[in-house]
Amino acid sequence: MAVLTTVPRRPASFYVPVVAAFGAFVGLFVGTAQGSGPLGILGGAILMGALAFLLTHAPLAEKQLRWIVAVVFAIAGFALAGLSAGIIGAALGWFFGWLTFWLFEGRYRAHLVPYLTPGQVLWHYTFRVICGAIFIFLITPILVVLPLSFNAQDFFTFTPEMLALDPAGYSLKHYRDFFTNSDWQNALRNSLMIAPVATLLSVGFGTLAAIGLSQPHVPFRRAIMAILISPMIVPLIISAAGMYFFYSRAGLQGTYIGVVLAHAALGIPFVIITVTATLVGFDNSLTRAAANMGADPVTTFFRVQMPLILPGVISGALFAFITSFDEVVVVLFVGSAGQKTLPWQMFIGLREQISPTILAVATILVAISIALLTVLELLRRRSERLRGMSPS
Amino acid sequence: MTEATTQPGRVLAADGTPLKRSLARALRMQKIRALMLVAPLLIFVLVTFIAPIADMLFRSIENQVVKDTIPRTVEALDSWDPHSTELPPEAVFAALQADLVEAVDQKTHTRLGSRLNYEYSGAASLLRKTGRGVEKMKAPYQEAFLKVDKDWGDLELWRTLYIYSPAYTNGYFLNAVDLKKGIDGPEARPENEQIYILLFKRTMFMSLVITFSCIMLGYPVAWILANIRARTANLLMILVLLPFWTSLLVRTSAWKVMLQQEGVINETLVWLGLVADNDRLILINNQFGTIVAMTHILLPFMILPMYSVMKTIPPSYLRAAKSLGATNWTAFWRVYFPQSVPGIGAGSILVFILAIGYYITPEIVGGTDGTFISNRIAYHISKSLNWGLGAALGAILLGAVLLLYYVYDKIVGIDNVKLGG
Repeated sequence: MAVLTTVPRRPASFYVPVVAAFGAFVGLFVGTAQGSGPLGILGGAILMGALAFLLTHAPLAEKQLRWIVAVVFAIAGFALAGLSAGIIGAALGWFFGWLTFWLFEGRYRAHLVPYLTPGQVLWHYTFRVICGAIFIFLITPILVVLPLSFNAQDFFTFTPEMLALDPAGYSLKHYRDFFTNSDWQNALRNSLMIAPVATLLSVGFGTLAAIGLSQPHVPFRRAIMAILISPMIVPLIISAAGMYFFYSRAGLQGTYIGVVLAHAALGIPFVIITVTATLVGFDNSLTRAAANMGADPVTTFFRVQMPLILPGVISGALFAFITSFDEVVVVLFVGSAGQKTLPWQMFIGLREQISPTILAVATILVAISIALLTVLELLRRRSERLRGMSPS
Repeated sequence: MTEATTQPGRVLAADGTPLKRSLARALRMQKIRALMLVAPLLIFVLVTFIAPIADMLFRSIENQVVKDTIPRTVEALDSWDPHSTELPPEAVFAALQADLVEAVDQKTHTRLGSRLNYEYSGAASLLRKTGRGVEKMKAPYQEAFLKVDKDWGDLELWRTLYIYSPAYTNGYFLNAVDLKKGIDGPEARPENEQIYILLFKRTMFMSLVITFSCIMLGYPVAWILANIRARTANLLMILVLLPFWTSLLVRTSAWKVMLQQEGVINETLVWLGLVADNDRLILINNQFGTIVAMTHILLPFMILPMYSVMKTIPPSYLRAAKSLGATNWTAFWRVYFPQSVPGIGAGSILVFILAIGYYITPEIVGGTDGTFISNRIAYHISKSLNWGLGAALGAILLGAVLLLYYVYDKIVGIDNVKLGG
């Protein structure tokens, strides 16, 4: 947005108290950690207020000043409590340098429409901070698991060595345990044997059915759709209980085939949803054109339709794969010890013998899901490009 | 040509058949072809998924075991008046002796015992004990039975047998709502045996709290995703999708690590001096732990539908409202919010449906008072082996979910479910 009005510099009576307030907030934490909260608040406020005033009146360029503050804070932190405190100090120094000039130069208004009242500007940034907090809430558990999986101790918390960034506090032993322990390796093998077959089943049946459902005249479309989506909606424990009873009657309980069938059923809704969504944008005149030129329906399907809906099919397959790969409730009931999957092993670990190997496994699974997410995003972009190409 | 078009019945297709019939045939062919494509999957789902559910529903009313194990006794007992204060006649005891001899032979009497034990505690050991000497019993049988165990003289036991002799019963469902099947219909259970209503209420309450927290946390995030520059929004979207794609167990274990007594949150609070070391907060194995962990796990399911609705609301509406003199709040509350309600509705129903059936997370972080009805179902199926009661509880839960599913289908349409943007 073009800035039409020039934003004037702010008076010291505005930015000094604001920076001091932030200083007081940080001071509270530093103070309580060092022994006295109120003293920390007071010290933080005075120190930061003075710093803000000095920075804006110093005869140096802004960039140099901000570097100086960051370095000074880093050294102070390092002198006080070691390496990790030094890093926190550097971050704080950078933040306060940035904050001071952000307020002083009036940059906080640069991207906003000029007629906003101060209250509205305050709300604008408060709202962003709230959203930031929620995003952190969303991501923290994952961020916590990641460093803890490198813990050298068998604890589930950050040890003092870890906090001091001491290399001795970190190790790969939980990963080593995962790759050498036969329980975990068996579980991994079982997961890798079950998930792809289940995915293949649900993608094969699901794609055909999705193509059928996207035809213009399908009798009982709504009812069929409701039945096909139901495995996603019915609580897993109910599906698990039902399958346990029924599969035991059919002699499938505790067998590989039973687990694969159950997981295939659970993955089907995802394939149906993604493939029908792709088919909505599919231009049916393409198949008619192919038929017109003499292609039989099978050729048309594989040479014309399939390449175009492939992104949808693959993302459906990814969903089905992750459903099976993550599934624990149904496999607990339908499977037996011979079908113990990775999530099952994790579930046991969480309930009974808590071992930090779980965190290593969790990190590996997060890495896998990041990879899958990336593939999915690339596919989505590709399908958008393709859709832009075909006339609608 | 003019003659043909003015009389619609006479329009002919190229091969000479009336066009109407030819079109109808083509339409029928299309329908059949579509159905042929859907059929394999439909059959697959019906066999691997719908049939098991139906089987479970059947189990919640099925009660063959009494009739199958002691058929003659059931028949003889039919003429007995359960209201009377006298024990059944000698004929019933004689029939029971004959039945039990056969049952012991086939080792089915213990099954009967465990079935009756759900309704009359002590029945399992009573039948096992009786089973050992039943073959050597001599007439009069009533005395012989009473000599083995005086419980055979208990009218309650005989009433229970009488009530549960039909092949189908609503007894499991009555148990599932804290009632008891009596001789004159449902009776209330004593206060200290009522747990299921409480559990259902708790499941509902906690699911509502979780849904509400998801709305409160999801709304600002969805708003900012829909109203920020596309490039930034895409980046922030990753933060929403990453937890969505991460394994449920990973996230649950993360919350266990965060919330436990020696966990990250408590350690941080102690380090900051906000909480005394010997007075750490109890954040896990209670309702709080379940609510926090499940809110986190279900939040993406709230954000994504809200986002897709908010994306369609033109930002110019808000500006128009403000230029007409509305304050920020009025513009939001009177113009933007009403348009975003469909997103809230879709997200809420989805989150609520998923929440009331959750099993894994409450099992791991719920302790005793943060568990859901699903945990009780799992307990009955794998531990107490009272499958009928588990199935009845499941049927009630399924009913609730299907009702919500129907509402969701009416409001949002089931094919409009969005998966990850």
